[in-house]
Amino acid sequence: MAAVTTERPVSRPLQGLESGRRRYREKIIVGSLFLCAALSIVLTVGIVLALLIPSLEFFGQVSPVEFFTGTEWAPLFKNSQFGVLPLLGGTLVVTLIAAAICLPLGLLAAIYLSEYAARRTRSFVKPILEILAGIPTVVYGFFALTFITPLLRENWLFGTPPGVFNALSAGLVMGIMILPTVASISEDAMYAVPQSLRAGAAALGATKYEISTRVVVPAGLSGIIAAFVLGISRAVGETMIVLIAAGGMPNLTFNPVEAMQTMTAFIGAAGLGDQATGSIGYKTIFAVGISLFVMTLIMNIISIRLVRKYREVYD
Amino acid sequence: MIERPMSENRGAVVMDEPERTREGSSDAGVAPEAGADAVLQESAKLAEVTRERRRQVKKDADAETVFELKDVAVTYGGSYAVQGVSMSIRKNEITALIGPSGCGKTTVLRCLNRTNDLIQGAKVHGQVLYHDIDLYGPKVEPVEVRRRIGMVFQKPNPFPKSIYDNVAFGPRVGGFKGNMDELVERSLRRAALWDEVKRDLKASAMALSGGQQQRLCIARCIAVEPDVILMDEPCSALDPVSTLRIEELMDELVSEYTIIIVTHNMQQAARVSDRTGFFTVAEGQDEKDHRIGILVEYDLTPTVFTNPSDPRTEAYVTGRFG
Repeated sequence: MAAVTTERPVSRPLQGLESGRRRYREKIIVGSLFLCAALSIVLTVGIVLALLIPSLEFFGQVSPVEFFTGTEWAPLFKNSQFGVLPLLGGTLVVTLIAAAICLPLGLLAAIYLSEYAARRTRSFVKPILEILAGIPTVVYGFFALTFITPLLRENWLFGTPPGVFNALSAGLVMGIMILPTVASISEDAMYAVPQSLRAGAAALGATKYEISTRVVVPAGLSGIIAAFVLGISRAVGETMIVLIAAGGMPNLTFNPVEAMQTMTAFIGAAGLGDQATGSIGYKTIFAVGISLFVMTLIMNIISIRLVRKYREVYD
Repeated sequence: MIERPMSENRGAVVMDEPERTREGSSDAGVAPEAGADAVLQESAKLAEVTRERRRQVKKDADAETVFELKDVAVTYGGSYAVQGVSMSIRKNEITALIGPSGCGKTTVLRCLNRTNDLIQGAKVHGQVLYHDIDLYGPKVEPVEVRRRIGMVFQKPNPFPKSIYDNVAFGPRVGGFKGNMDELVERSLRRAALWDEVKRDLKASAMALSGGQQQRLCIARCIAVEPDVILMDEPCSALDPVSTLRIEELMDELVSEYTIIIVTHNMQQAARVSDRTGFFTVAEGQDEKDHRIGILVEYDLTPTVFTNPSDPRTEAYVTGRFG
């Protein structure tokens, strides 16, 4: 064996040690990442301002009391009426129908996929769900109009059958549209619950059903509620289906077989006609838009509160 | 994590051993205080005395058999994990299963309450008799088996619920109709956790220290009033003080339950158990040259540790291997 030299090898020359090139590059990278982050905030603020300014002008001309309590909506007529309640009611009815479909079905589908389905079934079904979530909403709109509505009209059992345009058909199809999103995100939340909790519950003699409902669902609750909120927000903001299938009649009623107009459908419909920029009709669109925005914002805040209160943190 | 001041946890455990109270409950990562070693040794000595007494009694009484394993083998997706395990486990004894990693001791443990069923591709061969009933018989309901044979896991796995709800979980799913508050208190007392948590049973179990969480898991297990408690390396994630407390707890519990513990820690097996089964890995016994776990020796613990009959056991227990 060769003698071990006690001298250390000559270290690399010290040149370059104080070079600033790397440091500058790092600064440029940090700077551009910051700009990207800042851009999204600036854009959000910009959008809110773009909504806010015409709305404020609108409320200068129409009193907010009339807007929020009036029961007639006819902003584009000569004898114009600015009561937003019929639109709000329409949105509420359609959203409730959609939620009644997609929340229970979505949760049950998620429980099946996460807790009961074999790994192969899951790996097969989950991508299909995600493809379903990507179908354009206009397709769903025509599905409602040309398939669900005739089906309902022909097989109606109680009282007056639904009209050609009705809220029920739009709501049902909207529920079907949101279902994959709710199921997929809830399933992610449940699947992420550690296996050790399931094993612990099983060792206490819990059945699969008890494990799912008493351990996995509570532990994944924050994700499940997030899925619900996302689903409902999509329902509130969905335009195409209601525009096509629910009709264009502002109608203050809770009877789902009648035609209705939702807030989004009004924006969509009014945006298609020619409203002169700066006219009251033009500003109406923004007033309705900001009401919609505030509505979803409040919903999100409430759900974040709920999640904080009830979630079970497992890590 | 909620750090409670040490003083609040004092006087928690056994009243006639004042020194013991120094083992605060915020045990994770606590630097040993001066004299902590002495305390450890002291209580270890005391525990040893009770164990000796118990063993004396055991030898005389010819205990009833709880489990009878007959040539048990487990396959995962067709390849053997463990093979040819025959042993009988006695009532009100602590049976330790020891051996190097991969020797199949946990797999055997999981056979005993059918938790292997939860693993896809796992299959149990041979016979596992529990009080003379074939656990894998066609009419046996795994959920009922697990209600009678509880399990404590390697890593404490309390549910992310309150302490109370953790203990009440098993009885609730089991349809318990009696006084739940009383049952929760009794179970927490049995698991030597009551005094530390009684102030706030609504607190999240996740805020407890690792050692407390593991005792909570034991309390949770006791609450369903099982017949047998399986423990899968219950102390491997705990510090020495918490480990000692769990061992003391096992000593107390064994008067009512049958305990089977898997451990990597030979000292632990020697300290707590009445009988020890030594498993090892046999190389390439099937055509695919898989490593298979086998049971080498199963006997009274003192015999296994001081006078083993198999040279492999001797090599392992004397630390020359594993």
